[in-house]
Amino acid sequence: MSDPIVTVQNVYHRYDQQTVLENINFNIEEGAFVGLVGPNGSGKTTLIKLMLGIEKLQRGNITAFGQPIQKFKNKGRISYVSQKANSFSRGFPATVKEVVSMGVIHNQRRFLPDQKKDQGLVKSALQKVNMEEYINRNIGDLSGGQQQRVFIARAIANNPKLLILDEPTVGVDSQNVEQFYDLLSKLNQELGITLVLVSHDIGAITTYVTDLLCLNRSIHYHGNPNEFESLTDEQRSILYGHQINTITHNH
Amino acid sequence: MLDAFFQYELLRNTFYTGLLVGLIAPLLGAFIVVRRQSMIADGLSHVTLAGLAFGLFMQKKYTLLMFAPFHTGILFSIIGALIIENLRDVYKAFQEIAIPIILSVGVGLSIVFIALADGINTDIYTYLFGSIAAISSSDLRLIIFISLLVIIFIFVCYKDLFALSFDSEFAIVSGVKSKTLNFVFILMTALVISASIRIVGVLLVSALMTLPVATGMRIAKSFKQTIFYSIIYGEIAVIVGLITGYYFEIPPGGTIVITSALLLGLTLLFNKLKAVRSLKKDDGYAA
Ligand SMILES: Nc1ncnc2c1ncn2[C@@H]1O[C@H](COP(=O)(O)OP(=O)(O)O)[C@@H](O)[C@H]1O
Ligand SMILES: [Mg+2]
Repeated sequence: MSDPIVTVQNVYHRYDQQTVLENINFNIEEGAFVGLVGPNGSGKTTLIKLMLGIEKLQRGNITAFGQPIQKFKNKGRISYVSQKANSFSRGFPATVKEVVSMGVIHNQRRFLPDQKKDQGLVKSALQKVNMEEYINRNIGDLSGGQQQRVFIARAIANNPKLLILDEPTVGVDSQNVEQFYDLLSKLNQELGITLVLVSHDIGAITTYVTDLLCLNRSIHYHGNPNEFESLTDEQRSILYGHQINTITHNH
Repeated sequence: MLDAFFQYELLRNTFYTGLLVGLIAPLLGAFIVVRRQSMIADGLSHVTLAGLAFGLFMQKKYTLLMFAPFHTGILFSIIGALIIENLRDVYKAFQEIAIPIILSVGVGLSIVFIALADGINTDIYTYLFGSIAAISSSDLRLIIFISLLVIIFIFVCYKDLFALSFDSEFAIVSGVKSKTLNFVFILMTALVISASIRIVGVLLVSALMTLPVATGMRIAKSFKQTIFYSIIYGEIAVIVGLITGYYFEIPPGGTIVITSALLLGLTLLFNKLKAVRSLKKDDGYAA
């Protein structure tokens, strides 16, 4: 087996007086589809911001592609769909094409006008998420689910190895959520992109992910989602750190 | 009708300045509006006023002519920009607070320097509301320089700035140097404001940066188009405003902003009519 693409060791993190992450240890293997779940405020966003180098590492070690995160030069290998992406697009006068074009700015030619190659990358990214016919539409005119697909296209436009998505289904209506997870599975299986999917909705994602991480300040479960499903409700609630409702998932 | 403008050098300079300002104010303004930072322009313009008043005070009280108000205005504006960036770092959780602080200090200093320079006079009046005939050739050269700087900055950093404005976290992960870029951006804003004040005055400079953009956004399909239309609207407002201001002897700040507001109103009305008409068309098909 090849080396993990991300390793997290003994990571702690605090904001002011509040400890939000405690003794976090896990690896992400190449090709995995990791579900990172936990209730609101459990530290999920903080953890991935540390992995992305957006938030400064306070204690412990994180490596990405074999390099310490502090020294890691991304060069498009790790990409990101932020929790906030949705709220930015409201009322922003930009076309789908302009939004996806942001996904190719790490190319060397960032200071020059669009090149043929970049435009090709933008088009093929939109094809992968089935949004190519919307290329000239205004981002604000799309539904939540369509916008989220555009953000995925932006994130994969430069062919990343690892894609991290922070609660991407917030703002996507429930009929489209399943389709959305299918799309992620496709990216994972057909394009070989390693995925980290952050969610507070544990039930919906267990059928899709290959690894399940339950976070609530510290990691309460890390392993196979099927094993997790076979536990009793009570055991799972304890691991998740919050009451789990098994019957309905209509958020 | 334009004859008068080109007959006198100072008027001509004013006209050229107007054209430059009508371009760079909406150009930067487009980014300011989408980043929801319109208040920054207001904060900085009031700091610039303090700088103008300071220059005036030094000239009047101590006849130190090297303190040209235009230059001290630019200086204060830049210092204000640096302080805002700094305060935003200190108050990470509520960055908006930097603006009211800087704005009120700007006004406070202005009042002090104006009083020390012997009260409200015509100079202050032109700083507040803008003026037609006040631009020397050396000032014009400085404004041309500022304009070139801003245009080159936007041209070179367009992609990074656009990404940063839309979704800063994604931009940072993509390798955009957000700190540096934000810093240069606010410096450019300070320069544009101190140049624009010559024409529209302190009170309305933020309007020139935002009103044309608010109008442009209504008809544009993309961000690039938004910039393009904003500049067109900005130029129309400046040209119409300067000419009417000149003929009716009204400070151009007023006429430029009224023109801008009229353009916005007309555009909104036009959009409404278009929407109503397309609705009617749909009804026609249904019937
Ligand atoms: N920048 C910040 N400053 C201070 N506290 C923060 C900051 N970001 C998050 N927190 C706090 O840290 C905790 C974890 O937040 P977060 O990582 O966003 O959790 P999640 O994404 O799981 O909802 C929350 O209690 C939140 O209020
Ligand atoms: Mg979160």
